Amino acid sequence: MMRKPFAITLDPGSSLANHTGGWRTERPVYVDRLPPCNHACPAGENIQGWLFHAEAGNYEAAWRQLTEDNPLPAVMGRVCYHPCEDACNRAHLDSAVGINSIERFLGDEAIRRGWKFPPPAASSGRRVLIVGAGPSGLSAAYHLARGGHRVSIHEAGPVAGGMMRFGIPKYRLPRDVLDAEVERILSLGVELKLDRKVDNILDTMRQGSFDAAFLAVGAHIAKRAYIPAGASSKILDAVSVLRSMEGEDRPMLGRRVVVYGGGNTAIDVARTAKRLGATEAIIVYRRTRDRMPAHDFEVEEALQEGVMIKWLSTIKQAGDAGLTVEKMRLDGKGFPQPTGEFETLAADSLVLALGQDVDLSLLERVPGLEVADGVVQVGADMMTGYAGIFAGGDMVPAERTVTVAVGHGKKAARHIDAWLRSARYQKSEKHPVAEFDKLNPWYYSDAPKSLRPMLDIVRRQSTFDEVQGGLDETSALYEARRCLSCGNCFECDNCYGVCPDNAVIKLGPGNRFRFNYDYCKGCGLCATECPCGAIAMEPEQI
Amino acid sequence: MSFQPVKFYQTGTFTVGNRLLPDAERSVQANMRRTNSLNSGHRACQGCGEALGARYAIDAAMNATGNRLVAANATGCLEVFSTPYPETSWQIPWIHSLFGNTAAVATGIAAALKVKAKSDVRVIAQGGDGGTTDIGFGCLSGMFERNDDVLYICYDNEAYMNTGVQRSSATPPAARTATTMAVGSEPGNPFGQGKNLPAIALAHDIAYVATATVAELRDLEAKVTRAMEFRGARYIHIFVPCPLGWGHASHDTIRIARLAKETGLFPVFEAENGEIVSVSKIRHRLPVEEYLRPQKRFAHLFSPQPRAQVIAHLQAIADRNIRKYGLCEENAQ
Ligand SMILES: Cc1cc2nc3c(=O)[nH]c(=O)nc-3n(C[C@H](O)[C@H](O)[C@H](O)COP(=O)(O)OP(=O)(O)OC[C@H]3O[C@@H](n4cnc5c(N)ncnc54)[C@H](O)[C@@H]3O)c2cc1C
Ligand SMILES: Cc1ncc(C[n+]2csc(CCOP(=O)(O)OP(=O)(O)O)c2C)c(N)n1
Ligand code: SF4
Ligand SMILES: [Mg+2]
Repeated sequence: MMRKPFAITLDPGSSLANHTGGWRTERPVYVDRLPPCNHACPAGENIQGWLFHAEAGNYEAAWRQLTEDNPLPAVMGRVCYHPCEDACNRAHLDSAVGINSIERFLGDEAIRRGWKFPPPAASSGRRVLIVGAGPSGLSAAYHLARGGHRVSIHEAGPVAGGMMRFGIPKYRLPRDVLDAEVERILSLGVELKLDRKVDNILDTMRQGSFDAAFLAVGAHIAKRAYIPAGASSKILDAVSVLRSMEGEDRPMLGRRVVVYGGGNTAIDVARTAKRLGATEAIIVYRRTRDRMPAHDFEVEEALQEGVMIKWLSTIKQAGDAGLTVEKMRLDGKGFPQPTGEFETLAADSLVLALGQDVDLSLLERVPGLEVADGVVQVGADMMTGYAGIFAGGDMVPAERTVTVAVGHGKKAARHIDAWLRSARYQKSEKHPVAEFDKLNPWYYSDAPKSLRPMLDIVRRQSTFDEVQGGLDETSALYEARRCLSCGNCFECDNCYGVCPDNAVIKLGPGNRFRFNYDYCKGCGLCATECPCGAIAMEPEQI
Repeated sequence: MSFQPVKFYQTGTFTVGNRLLPDAERSVQANMRRTNSLNSGHRACQGCGEALGARYAIDAAMNATGNRLVAANATGCLEVFSTPYPETSWQIPWIHSLFGNTAAVATGIAAALKVKAKSDVRVIAQGGDGGTTDIGFGCLSGMFERNDDVLYICYDNEAYMNTGVQRSSATPPAARTATTMAVGSEPGNPFGQGKNLPAIALAHDIAYVATATVAELRDLEAKVTRAMEFRGARYIHIFVPCPLGWGHASHDTIRIARLAKETGLFPVFEAENGEIVSVSKIRHRLPVEEYLRPQKRFAHLFSPQPRAQVIAHLQAIADRNIRKYGLCEENAQ
């Protein structure tokens, strides 16, 4: 013992000897909650995860994270209806993060810089047949190939892409973008056989000795409505019109084109007709705008381009003098009811855009297969009633979008991979969703959404140039930084700073933090002041 | 203005750190090697604003002075919870004065350093609102008047917390304390003349006067750092909520401080050589109820029946602050 001054009997000590952790009745724990964008993404993208990289300007890392789930970011960044943005918590503050525009920026950047996927895992020696080179088939091919399986796509058409090529018009999805992303998937060693329609799935599987198959044939048979027609009236269907846009000869629609239907396809045909030189492109739809299945922004863009829409109308007859249209009214339940009032609409052609059915002929005589409402039934593992045959995309019961199709492809690939190994794919458990009330929004800067440039209206009416532009780097970076990082630590140091007891240990960049429960008194300040809701308070076992 | 907030970096400079900012622009508290001047193991209550404010301030001062710092500390919670004999939480040279004389003790330290020609070692005096606005007021005014080379930091939790929440001259009107009970026709602390110490410090025309809260770390650090650029008497008044004395949840300490500023009840400003040079603007202006409601010391304003007149009176005080200090952006009123 050292000599002490007068009246001092104890050695000086540090308060570190005093473990205040014993005071605690609740303990903070770091959690990862599921960001609502991720939760809403039909392709299962880890959006918050790739935005985290993009925020730092690390676009390649962002793209790599993104393409773990979805191999088509440049396509998605153009055609996806982005349910992620509808779910985005930032909408409670100002407006949703422009996730879709950042995705497009990353996709375009990858094409520009020639980023490639990592080479596939070691070969499994297993062969998987994929029927249809639409988004669903391509997505499955991508994931299976990366998993080391040998993949062969049989495609009935002359080029890959499915409805991304033969449905969605060029002014929304330029073909060089589509080609680049398809090419990148094929370069993983995926075999693509074009003009190879599969007529009987079991025969094809046997002939090619495939161990499993994924069907993604889409829905291509146009639905018809009975409309009595005169000899000279020209009635076409929307899918054929859009498909012929990809060929040599452009469809002859005439000066006055009437489109019947209220979905996105109707809008695309009308906008296409306008670009082909129609002086009038009129959509006839039996209900009102708010009940239209087409997305409102598409309706808006069509209206801007001069497409006209006749609401509450049905087509009764296609006579030589023109179309007979009956006015409708909505009943109490919102269903359209005839009014008995008619008018005539002059038209050089009538295009029916009433939806599509699935061509299931390749599945005839497959035992155990269940078809309901014209679509093939699948389990949660995307497998049909026939073991080893899986299906996804437009041909199974689900919303018909590119994103859902891509998501099905991924999911099916996971289950096929497991099935080939005689195992079951175990989905990792989902974290609870990070709702807005879990956040402390005080900490986020005010930052309005950046808008994408639009092509001038004259060129929108006369060319097939892309309507919506992309964000430049500065705006994309800015937009990525609007992300609130809901439910996932983004290393803002708040917990480390606000702890009155120094009970948070900072582990350094990329390593987040740890609690020092020796000293944490359980005040809860860290949890309350965490901007993104990544800390939860749990009762202490006392 | 000494502190320029960064815009559009996801969180700007609102959070303690920001991985997207260059190192030089990050806060002292974000640093993995910050001093932790007030270390773990202290006995402050859960969520104590004073403990937090003291570490924020002293770490910033250590950073600004290259760790050449001595502090004198008045009696009060900060002193009691940090140094139960023989333990100390302080990782700086630190001396406990009496309750009322910490400014004078610091003056003495500064004089000694001057004699020893150690001009690089800087002196801080710190204490609670009781030790500052009441019993230590004379010593403090003298320190200002003599322009002694000391930064005085007052941690204002608006009452004598260490001895059981008695009223001080910094206790706000209507607040319940152990000596201004919520009874009678005018419950809580009476509406008096008030005693605005930052304004009194300003009236001494000393080199630097600032107010801050534990809700705005970057602003607080910038002010401590700025204060260290001056010689002579300086004063910083930090608003530090006390969960025990104010009766709010321990996890709400920062939120309460934020609300005090956003309602206008606690003006955050900075003055150099007797003139106000910057005010921290209100971001989202809120009515005073938002601030009062979560605190049990104001519970009698809301039940058994609401005391609308008293609340209106407090609102008038906030409105006056907003006008007087220009706390709102011109067009954001
Ligand atoms: C006009 C239009 C616009 C659209 N716009 C959008 C949009 O903006 N955003 C969006 O998300 N979704 C949009 N969709 C929907 C989207 O295109 C589809 O949901 C999606 O393409 C379905 O993908 P899939 O892979 O299931 O089928 P498809 O894309 O239809 O691909 C199926 C492929 O299988 C091939 N095939 C069919 N039968 C056989 C066979 N027996 N043997 C071999 N190959 C076969 C086909 O040739 C085709 O290539 C649009 C659809 C249309 C029609
Ligand atoms: C001369 C003298 N009178 C009374 C006390 C008892 N005492 C110790 S701390 C304290 C109150 C401290 O209040 P404040 O300065 O506001 O600090 P807080 O505890 O609130 O942080 C009192 C009255 C004392 N130590 N010395
Ligand atoms: S009484 Fe108040 S000031 Fe004192 S330690 Fe507790 S919370 Fe902090
Ligand atoms: Mg006090």
